[in-house]
Amino acid sequence: MSAAANTISPQLTFQHGIHPEEFKELSNLKPIERMAFVPEYRLPLSQHIGAPSLPVVKVGENVKRGQKIADPGGYVSVALHSPVDGTIKDIGIYTHPNGRELPAIIITTDAYSSQEFVGMESVDPYSLSKSEFIQKIQDSGLVGLGGAAFPAHVKFNIQEDKKCKYLMINGCECEPFLTADDRLMIEFGEELIEGIKILNHFIGAEKVYIAVEVNKPKAIMNLRNLASDNIEVVCLKVKYPQGAEKMMTSAILGKEIPAGGLPLDLGVLVSNVGTLVALAQYFRNGIPLIERVVTVTGTTMNRPSNVMVPVGTPMESLVKWCGGFTSDTTRILLGGPMMGMVQKRLDVPVVKGTSGILALSSEQVKELNEYSCIRCGRCLDACPIYLNPSHLGLLAKKGLWEEMEENHVMDCFECGSCSFVCPSAIPLVQSFRVAKGFIKQAKKRDV
Amino acid sequence: MSDQKLTISTSPFLKDAATTPGIMWKVVFSLLPVVIASSYYFGVGALVTTAVAIISCVLTEWFFSPRSAYSISDGSGVITGILLAMTLPPGFPLWMTFIGGIVAIGMGKTIWGGLGQNIFNPALLGRAFLQAAFPTAITTWNLPDGAFLDVQASQLAMPFMQSQADVVSSATPLAVMKFDKVETNTWDLLTGNIGGSLGETCGILLILAMVYLISVKIIKWQIPVSILLTVGILSLVFYLLDANNYPSPQFMILSGGLLIGAVYMATDLVTSPITPSGLWIYGIGIGILVVLIRLWGGLPEGVMYAILLMNAATPLINRYTAVRTYGYKK
Ligand code: SF4
Ligand code: SF4
Repeated sequence: MSAAANTISPQLTFQHGIHPEEFKELSNLKPIERMAFVPEYRLPLSQHIGAPSLPVVKVGENVKRGQKIADPGGYVSVALHSPVDGTIKDIGIYTHPNGRELPAIIITTDAYSSQEFVGMESVDPYSLSKSEFIQKIQDSGLVGLGGAAFPAHVKFNIQEDKKCKYLMINGCECEPFLTADDRLMIEFGEELIEGIKILNHFIGAEKVYIAVEVNKPKAIMNLRNLASDNIEVVCLKVKYPQGAEKMMTSAILGKEIPAGGLPLDLGVLVSNVGTLVALAQYFRNGIPLIERVVTVTGTTMNRPSNVMVPVGTPMESLVKWCGGFTSDTTRILLGGPMMGMVQKRLDVPVVKGTSGILALSSEQVKELNEYSCIRCGRCLDACPIYLNPSHLGLLAKKGLWEEMEENHVMDCFECGSCSFVCPSAIPLVQSFRVAKGFIKQAKKRDV
Repeated sequence: MSDQKLTISTSPFLKDAATTPGIMWKVVFSLLPVVIASSYYFGVGALVTTAVAIISCVLTEWFFSPRSAYSISDGSGVITGILLAMTLPPGFPLWMTFIGGIVAIGMGKTIWGGLGQNIFNPALLGRAFLQAAFPTAITTWNLPDGAFLDVQASQLAMPFMQSQADVVSSATPLAVMKFDKVETNTWDLLTGNIGGSLGETCGILLILAMVYLISVKIIKWQIPVSILLTVGILSLVFYLLDANNYPSPQFMILSGGLLIGAVYMATDLVTSPITPSGLWIYGIGIGILVVLIRLWGGLPEGVMYAILLMNAATPLINRYTAVRTYGYKK
């Protein structure tokens, strides 16, 4: 790899896709900073996909930073840890960032503590058996930090009949605005490589690809210097949604993941940069998943930054830490602008799946007149999985869910590329979400 | 901070700059040189015809959908008006032009449900109606009388009256070819120094407009390229077989309405296929039909019918050329 270390080519990519404005320059040169501790943290018991965690502490109990406060609530569930030295103030129902009222643990920070991490000892991962490793990962509270927050141990626990040949590390960060993964690859490159080596010790992939879009040249250089053995840094074209599992697999292997299947059907396991850095931190220093990097940015954010934030921090405090946002802000988003969600209130906590907080004004998010579909075909040229959003959109207007299913709407992974390009401003993906909801409901009723 | 008004909606929150009115107005813009050239060749009467066609189309649009103000501002009615005018012979009576506009929008667009819903290109439908209703007027190619400012008397004919003006009828290159087997030279065809409909005479401008529209990604290059290639190759074959009876490929491509049809009518987004392979089938189909009609049909010109026929086939083409979804076997 050394000879090619100074070039960022060849550039691989997938078919179709879009080129939204990147907005990365707002924050991509800002080193990751640590946020000061706040007086109170709120830790929802459901910060991951799967069963909620089960509290193992009582109100009034003192806890240490990194101490476990909830056990996994089942196999598809993870443990939860205190982000601070403090006292359990309450275990009750509070607003989750997803807008629902769900159980959470409230911790009051010990104002006199140094908050130094004393926690557990580091563990030598290479001395563990595979099942011990999986157990440890579950205990560390690790979830996929790319956004979906799927328990990491479940993904890493590959069944005996499946073989992982390729491990793909997603460092594409193809959503506009987000820069957390970029900064991680620059500043935590060693941890990332270490995390990869630990994980691959247990899954035994022949080849590890770290996929990075070429708009992150520093990250590419840094990782190329650190990568060794079977780890290869591959440069991908800057194109959205390059970081989707299907698109990354197509770009790197030139093969399509079968419909309804998993990457593992092609021997591919995909994990995210942040997840592997956290994994390395856990085995190196014994730090469970109690903090994560969040990109706080947007055109109306006063001080766009990449911040290492304790999980459970109120978004309000984090935004204030970054100087707040200007008065012409019309939308606050969680995650990127292409697939993220609108956040109505900021008195909710940062959770394990929070990758970014964006403040945008009407300058970016325009209210547009919707016109009829003029069959310009731009949505077909954009859809990375070759659907016909124009046709699906017409069917959605008529509520023809069954026809939509026949036209593979269930394969749509809601990347939003079709809506982005549509000159008639038709809410395509928005209506596909609704349709998918109806179809899933109908399925449930039939069963 | 939290009392600020934050709007709720779902992703994506970024939007490409292209808008439907933007696309339509760019097409109008690209047509301006063609309109100006028509007035250069045929006098100010050409501008009057264009203006009447536009007014008729926009009024009809407004009449049928007065409440949706932006169906007018989207510019699509203006395009139909200009295109209709460009297919008419110079000196065509204005009242007929006006009726053509009403039919183009009324029958070609609004009865289908408005923008995006129609099967046939509205301008061509209007023109087809005029051809059926006024077969003599539409094949009367009045020679320009030379003076730019003179409006031809036939244009001002009262509705439903025969024009009393002397009609100096000239023949179009295609008619001359068809009936007299004489070919107009290529240079005249390119520069527009010929008889014909208002917008079809100046080949160079139409080719430039095509390059512009392709470069701003408004029309799909596959359509004009496949039409022109098909016509070119087929007519070359016949020309090589019997050069005395068949016209040369360059004549076939540059004469009549083929260029304006291939650049503006066949590429109408709404009425052309949306799938990648469908574009080729559609373009090749138009090319074959044009050659068939021109060489063996009763009419000198075949572009209009060729495009309308392939418009009709478009829904079917879309269905049978649907693209394979990612992860599925064909
Ligand atoms: S149809 Fe679905 S997968 Fe295709 S571009 Fe739209 S949102 Fe993306
Ligand atoms: S991009 Fe919009 S207007 Fe164009 S074909 Fe797709 S849905 Fe229709």
